[in-house]
Amino acid sequence: MYRQTDIIEDNRDTAQGNFVINVGPQHPATHGVLHLVITLNGETIQKIEPHLGYIHRSIEKMCESLSYRQFIYVTSRMDYLSAHINNHACSLCVEKGLQVEIPPRAQVIRVLMDELTRIASHELWWGAMAMDLGAFTPFFHAFRERETINDIMEETCGARLTMNYMVPGGVMHDIHPNFQKRVKDFMQLYKKKINEYDELVTGNVIFQNRMKGVGVISAEDAVSYGCTGPVARGSGVSSDIRKIYPYEIYDKLEFDEVLETGGDSFARYMVRIREMQQSIRIVEQLIDNIPEGDFMTKTKAVLKLPKGEFYSRVETARGELGVYIVSEGATTPYRIKFRSPGFSNLSILDKMVRGGKIGDLIAAMGTLDLVIPDIDR
Amino acid sequence: MKFIVKYIKDIWGAITSLLKGMRRTLYYFTHHKEIITQQYPDNRDTLNLPERFKGEVVMPHDENNEHRCTGCQACELACPNGTIKVIFKNEINAEGKKKKAIDKLVYHLELCTMCNLCIEACPSDAIKMAQTFEHSVFDRNQLTKILNNPGSKIMEGVE
Repeated sequence: MYRQTDIIEDNRDTAQGNFVINVGPQHPATHGVLHLVITLNGETIQKIEPHLGYIHRSIEKMCESLSYRQFIYVTSRMDYLSAHINNHACSLCVEKGLQVEIPPRAQVIRVLMDELTRIASHELWWGAMAMDLGAFTPFFHAFRERETINDIMEETCGARLTMNYMVPGGVMHDIHPNFQKRVKDFMQLYKKKINEYDELVTGNVIFQNRMKGVGVISAEDAVSYGCTGPVARGSGVSSDIRKIYPYEIYDKLEFDEVLETGGDSFARYMVRIREMQQSIRIVEQLIDNIPEGDFMTKTKAVLKLPKGEFYSRVETARGELGVYIVSEGATTPYRIKFRSPGFSNLSILDKMVRGGKIGDLIAAMGTLDLVIPDIDR
Repeated sequence: MKFIVKYIKDIWGAITSLLKGMRRTLYYFTHHKEIITQQYPDNRDTLNLPERFKGEVVMPHDENNEHRCTGCQACELACPNGTIKVIFKNEINAEGKKKKAIDKLVYHLELCTMCNLCIEACPSDAIKMAQTFEHSVFDRNQLTKILNNPGSKIMEGVE
């Protein structure tokens, strides 16, 4: 058990004059309940230790007592901003074990939902990150577009955040009759409003001064700390699972892997902004070409995976999510492990802000796009 | 001299970039029709939730107080949280034979995560999701619900 006095005692001889400050677990400047113990010398950051476990719910252990159909809904509660993509990864892994081919209609619906989720997640990140820097208006602008996506999800999946829509064998319901029309409406709205984002935030001189050259991650560091997703791509490391290990129909789609070489906060910002446009491009290609047919293959009422190990990976809005299942041939998994992107991305926080000022910490942390339930699980 | 020109240029750039952002804010300040905020709870009467919205599990009854539940326990097995409990009773039918039927279908709303797995599992479409969402009560015992109406029977022809 961690005690607050441990750190003070550790530093008593070596770091005289240092100041230990706790940010979190409940602090308005951090997203969620992240607990950071920061050692400061004046305003300069000497060391950052993230302390995890505040919302640990033992999801991995919980999944071991649930059947292969039941455990998927729990993963919506991991990275709740890309719940669809988490469910997708689990469904893919179970389907790999069952050796089930899912119908093309279900594949297209899954990819469409994934990309809409990615846009919604990046929207929320954009608003929350501007709020970290003290700008409150962008938050509402971001939520305006995100609300449209949430309404689409609500109509088709029945829930706004924790959908549990992707099940082994396909998707739970067919898409709603209004789905295509509403997605097209959303894309019209989005294209009209995307310029506002640049107007409000990207071009702002205060914003640029606070982002450029702050929290630099070199490409080597990004690889050695296991960063994935926009954090790695901001440093020029190609890490898009949709390109490297294509799943579903991603190999047939036309989209670019967004790469920036700056490695600073602004590069990571630009990666996410440009990624939203790539997602729009994918949605545009698919929305009129949803093939007819079944949305689910028939699976048995009780799923049993053969004895063995199964691994699947997908690209969530934050990076690579890996699902690893060990099966003993029973109805419940013997062991489940989730490789979540947030955990690895958090590990580089100390490296990237050490020696910087505490004011830059929140800005740099915002560009990591941390979701704390994803880190703790 | 170069320094002064750069200094003035920087100030000019800063002011124009800030004004650009302010113009966008002012635009929405003066254009009330483009604001999309909903006035909940004042708009409760006009609030329309989509028919797939997962609010709570209910069991529809027809006008003769009959439901479609056979008591097969598929929902109880499908539920990840132990939300649904089926309690049986023995019923004597018209021919004088004993027949198993449901006494109570207990539903714990406080445990439910609205994952829709029970509705997918039900072979006779006896339960469905309702669109209610204001579930807060003062005592949590009120969240334990019995889905079948008192005195209800199984519909003819549902097996």
